[in-house]
Amino acid sequence: MSKNIAKIRRHFSTALTYAVLITLGIAWVLPICYLVYTAFRITPSTGIINTLFPDNLQLGIGNFIRLFQDTMFLTWLGNTMFVAICSCALTTTFILMVSYALSRLRFRLRKPIMNVLLVLGMFPGFMSMIAVYFILKAMGLTNSLLALILVYSGSAALSYYICKGFFDTVPRAMEEAAILDGASQPVVFWKIILPMAKPIIVYTVLTSFISPWCDFIFVNTIISDRELYTVALGLYKMINAEKNSFNDNFTVFCAGAFVVGGIIVTLFMSMQRYYVEGVTSGAVKG
Amino acid sequence: MSKKNKIKKSGIGKDLISAFKNGSHATRLSFLVMGFGQLFRGQIAKGAVYLLTEVIFLLYMILFGGRYIIHLFSGNLGTKLSGEQWNEALQIFEKIQGHNSFLILLYGVVSLVVIALFLVVWAMNVKGSFQNDLRLKNGERLSTFKEDIHALLNERFYAPLLALPFLGLIVFTVMPLVFMVLIAFTNYDYAHMPPGKLFDWVGIENFKTMFSLSGGNSGFAMVFLRVLLWTFVWAFFATFTNYFFGLIVALLIQKKGIRLKALWRTLFVVAIAVPQFVTLLLMQKILDGDGILNKLLGTNILWLADQRNFSLLPRLMIILVNIWIGVPYTLLMCSGILMNIPADYYEAAKIDGASPVRIFFHITLPYMLHITTPYLITQFVGNINNFNVIWLLTGGGPVDNVYYGSGSGAQSTDLLVTWLYRLTTDQNPKYNVASVIGIVIFVISAVLSLITFNRTSSAKSEEAFQ
Repeated sequence: MSKNIAKIRRHFSTALTYAVLITLGIAWVLPICYLVYTAFRITPSTGIINTLFPDNLQLGIGNFIRLFQDTMFLTWLGNTMFVAICSCALTTTFILMVSYALSRLRFRLRKPIMNVLLVLGMFPGFMSMIAVYFILKAMGLTNSLLALILVYSGSAALSYYICKGFFDTVPRAMEEAAILDGASQPVVFWKIILPMAKPIIVYTVLTSFISPWCDFIFVNTIISDRELYTVALGLYKMINAEKNSFNDNFTVFCAGAFVVGGIIVTLFMSMQRYYVEGVTSGAVKG
Repeated sequence: MSKKNKIKKSGIGKDLISAFKNGSHATRLSFLVMGFGQLFRGQIAKGAVYLLTEVIFLLYMILFGGRYIIHLFSGNLGTKLSGEQWNEALQIFEKIQGHNSFLILLYGVVSLVVIALFLVVWAMNVKGSFQNDLRLKNGERLSTFKEDIHALLNERFYAPLLALPFLGLIVFTVMPLVFMVLIAFTNYDYAHMPPGKLFDWVGIENFKTMFSLSGGNSGFAMVFLRVLLWTFVWAFFATFTNYFFGLIVALLIQKKGIRLKALWRTLFVVAIAVPQFVTLLLMQKILDGDGILNKLLGTNILWLADQRNFSLLPRLMIILVNIWIGVPYTLLMCSGILMNIPADYYEAAKIDGASPVRIFFHITLPYMLHITTPYLITQFVGNINNFNVIWLLTGGGPVDNVYYGSGSGAQSTDLLVTWLYRLTTDQNPKYNVASVIGIVIFVISAVLSLITFNRTSSAKSEEAFQ
């Protein structure tokens, strides 16, 4: 008898859980569905964007054609890809170097350096944006993609924390054995630590690759040439530049967002495992 | 910490003095001619590098940096305005290149940093030469160039590893930062914009304006407190709603009897992968006064711009949208950690007949909180500086001149960061006030994070897992 009641209770609670999950799932997926739907929706005239199902509704890839033909989206895509790859390579190298030094090597100023880096990282980046702009200008670099790469990877050392947390957990025994065998520090770094650090490397690569796709504030300050925009700024300007730009361009914006989102989602899904490992290994530790 | 640094600094000072007192003549000459001690003793490569550094530094100071340093310490940031002047002899207007306060300050800071770096190399040079003296005295042989390189790849491997990242840090973080801190002590605003105008030092005038209670355009203390309060309220709710919501969803997915766990997780994770600015702009358009939500509901609610009740509705909406954006992250993290909670805890609790609610509050939550406290505080600091969510959703608005006054530039949902940003990108920028805000944000975040990272066991037990 009581067994039956327990069974019913269990079924009920499972059903309830499903109900909650489905509700939440819908809440999370709906805005994305709206984005995809708008991307494929063709607007014959302006002013109907805010009607969900107008009478003269047409679906098709017209927005994508407009996106690639009428705007410089393809150029922006290329720019972003270039900046993302270069800054990701630089950032990852820098972070690995700094966190290896701070985690595995012992030297006099190590602790103070760690605290200074931590504090420096707390300064809101765009407060110093104008100064960065003029430093770049003095170097003759404004309005170039190189400037963006330097800005994105220049302060990479500040995000050493997660990666160092990971290095801290790698056992020392192996490298001590290697050093006894006469291996130098670069060899230890290259041959022993790096292969073990694969999850954290993937995590760092992933996060540093994605950030140029999302930033529009620094690009807006440093780049004034439309041809040198990245996708984020291009899309942002598309619906925020002029008064009517929202109604005119919203569907095209959604098409662009769909493309960018597609790229990142694919990347993210294929590396999700590493991302989770990175988040859980470095960011949180008892 | 500051005490320790002082001891170290005086240590370096003492080293230098003792090097001068007890060193050879070659070492003493190294105080003036860098690398002399090394060249004299046959360490050609090392000495040449030092000598070259000195030559380059001197050239830099003479040709470029020197005058900015002189300007920086002359007590003003330029006196001569650019403009046109009548040239009597040639009977034409001549353009005069006046001073540019901005560049004086910027290049002054750059030169200061160059000098600081130079001093470090200079001290290394003297100490190196003195060490040579000591070695010779003890009958030891000096290190060869090859040995020096070997040391750099072994005992001193940290130096080559840190060099390049730190150079980037100095150029793109430290110099701009020092510069912006100095701006807080000037009157650099729209009325004093180079190159047309000059700006100058004003001491702590801007801090007085920011923290004075006089109101209007002369005292922003009340506005500042309101923005600060909202910044903290926002950071608190943004952090904890995300955390608990994420934890609950993770628990729901993990529940026994729920199928397709990976699918449920993926559903939420898609929201992470779509770039934040896209989802935020999309949400902003959906919630707009003429947006799709109002059309669907047939209402006319200003979701993001309703000023009533101290803009309560926009504030709520921001937190709500932030849940949508942030929960997938915490979900991922929490599900990772939940799997690591030792199963025997739960079994023991079940044997004792504890209810699921009790288990949650007595096992799951304490365990999670214990492990994720550093994460929570990082998130809290991150949310204090969460520019994107506020800026893209409301732009800091709605404007509320009654409550915030028109002079401060602050609006109802502004965080300190968005207020700062508006002050620098406005039609009438006030860089000086913005810098003051920046310093405040910096102090708050720095204190919070230093406490966390030095108190948590992860900092104390770096080597626990090795």
